[in-house]
Amino acid sequence: MTSLNQESAVTPLRVLIVDDEPPARARLRDLLDDCRAQVPNAIVGEAGSGLEGLDLLASNPADVALVDIHMPGMSGIEFARHLQLLEVPPAVIFVTAHDRYAVEAFEVNAVDYLLKPVRSGRIAAALKKAAAGPRLGREVFDRVDPHPRRFLSVNERGRLTLVPLAEVLYLKAELKYVTVRTREHEYLIEASLAQLEAEFAALLIRIHRNCLVARRLIRGFERLEGDVAEANWAVLIEGCQERLPVSRRQWAQVKALAKS
Amino acid sequence: MAEDKAPSIRQNDRSDALPDFRNLGVVARILLMVNAAALAAALVRAQRVAEIGSQFFQITFWVEPALFASLAALYAASAVLARLGYAWGFACALAIVAALTAAMATVQSLLGHNLDWPGLLVGVLLAVALAALMLEYFRVRSRAFSPALAEARLQALQARIRPHFLFNSLNAVLAIIRVDPKRAQDAIEDLADLFRSLLADDRQLIPMREEIALCRQYLNLEHLRLGERLQVHWSIDPEAENALVPPMLLQPLVENAVYHGIEPGLAAGAIEIRIGLDGDRLLVGLSNPYHPEHQHRQGNRMALANIRERLLLHFDVEAKLDTGIDGERYRIGMAMPYRRAP
Repeated sequence: MTSLNQESAVTPLRVLIVDDEPPARARLRDLLDDCRAQVPNAIVGEAGSGLEGLDLLASNPADVALVDIHMPGMSGIEFARHLQLLEVPPAVIFVTAHDRYAVEAFEVNAVDYLLKPVRSGRIAAALKKAAAGPRLGREVFDRVDPHPRRFLSVNERGRLTLVPLAEVLYLKAELKYVTVRTREHEYLIEASLAQLEAEFAALLIRIHRNCLVARRLIRGFERLEGDVAEANWAVLIEGCQERLPVSRRQWAQVKALAKS
Repeated sequence: MAEDKAPSIRQNDRSDALPDFRNLGVVARILLMVNAAALAAALVRAQRVAEIGSQFFQITFWVEPALFASLAALYAASAVLARLGYAWGFACALAIVAALTAAMATVQSLLGHNLDWPGLLVGVLLAVALAALMLEYFRVRSRAFSPALAEARLQALQARIRPHFLFNSLNAVLAIIRVDPKRAQDAIEDLADLFRSLLADDRQLIPMREEIALCRQYLNLEHLRLGERLQVHWSIDPEAENALVPPMLLQPLVENAVYHGIEPGLAAGAIEIRIGLDGDRLLVGLSNPYHPEHQHRQGNRMALANIRERLLLHFDVEAKLDTGIDGERYRIGMAMPYRRAP
């Protein structure tokens, strides 16, 4: 019994490191080594980008993620926003060299962060706090970075798949899910079409109560026979055979966009 | 109180200097002013409007040969005059103008067989007075630009010290101290050199060679962080390394290229830098991968505006800086007069 208890007392904190710069990852590794006596920890993986990080997490769950903000492909903050789709997301500690606006947002929303060059004292304190403290909700991370994401995250049986917004043809609401259609695939995500419309207003346009279409892919319109779904016209989209009906309510707006 | 603070930005730490008689902008201003003076004299002397043209012609008949001879002599003597110091240079420039005006007028008079000594003396005195007036104008003008230069330097400083770069570099050095102390030492030395140049209070032109060395030190530091993702291709004409350029002409552009062209890319990217000569022009070209989605990042325009301003202050209309997007690459091209370092 005693030995079991002791073992559980020293169950190390599982840590994931996400930073695009190899020396920055090496520095975090050194510091985690240094503070192991204070805060038992084990590094479950190192990723050079947010996408790699999500891949790693699928097979190596972590309790804490140390995440650089300034990374190519996907910012650290967007990575954290996607993480929140996991059943048990790791606690996120951001690491940044200098990003005044992000730091202000972290302060306001009580999100943990470390400044580069990272000090060993600070990392131990942050790990302790992350291990004990409550998890922050997704809405906190959305508030920290209100910019539109560059990917949509799809949770398929615990594994996150990221779909680049640039590949999305259209989004269609069906009951409690939204169908994400790309050239090759179809995904289901749990989201509200209204929220997606607000977030991606620059990329997507609403053509129907239940449908958003990629603006730049609209190739033309086709007159519909009869009265389908309160619509007289359908949108033709590049790379897609389907005809998506435009509701009479949205018609004027969609036509204006097509002209411009 | 405001006046008390001003001198702390040392703007009068350099004595006055003669204008650069080889600069197109200076030459154009002299031509314009002398001809304007000739026109003013014609207006005064003309009794009727119809006479203005003929009066102007009569005056310029005497003025232009002296003007062009003086400009040619000053062009040739430019380097020597600059070395003399302001007072002596000023006197010599006036002496050159006086001598050449007298010489040209004498030759012209002899050709026309009507040598008029009193008229010639008045002409020489007028030419010297006008020359002195113009030198004074150039002195006042450069004084007026002095605070602008100080201001531009301060702005440059702010634009250059990108905290993002400093803290990331320090972090990278900390990371390698244990495993590669030698490389860590080199990195700290590079960082120290870089900051010494950043903080240097110097308006003098420097040889391109030094600016290139500085860029290489900067790129060493970025290599430490970015590894293989950062590739740099230099193409340098050895003769162009002797060109005199404003300090920090290239480094801020290289830093921008890394920040906007390499860091946002997942794959490796290349920065290309070309430094060459085209006759008496120094040409500098720089290109990096273009990431349209990262254009909201600030800082690029500020560095460009600052370099453009300093080029204008140093080379007037003879320098230019163009930028453009060419397919997948962002390009900057600069051209300025080639002045060889002594």
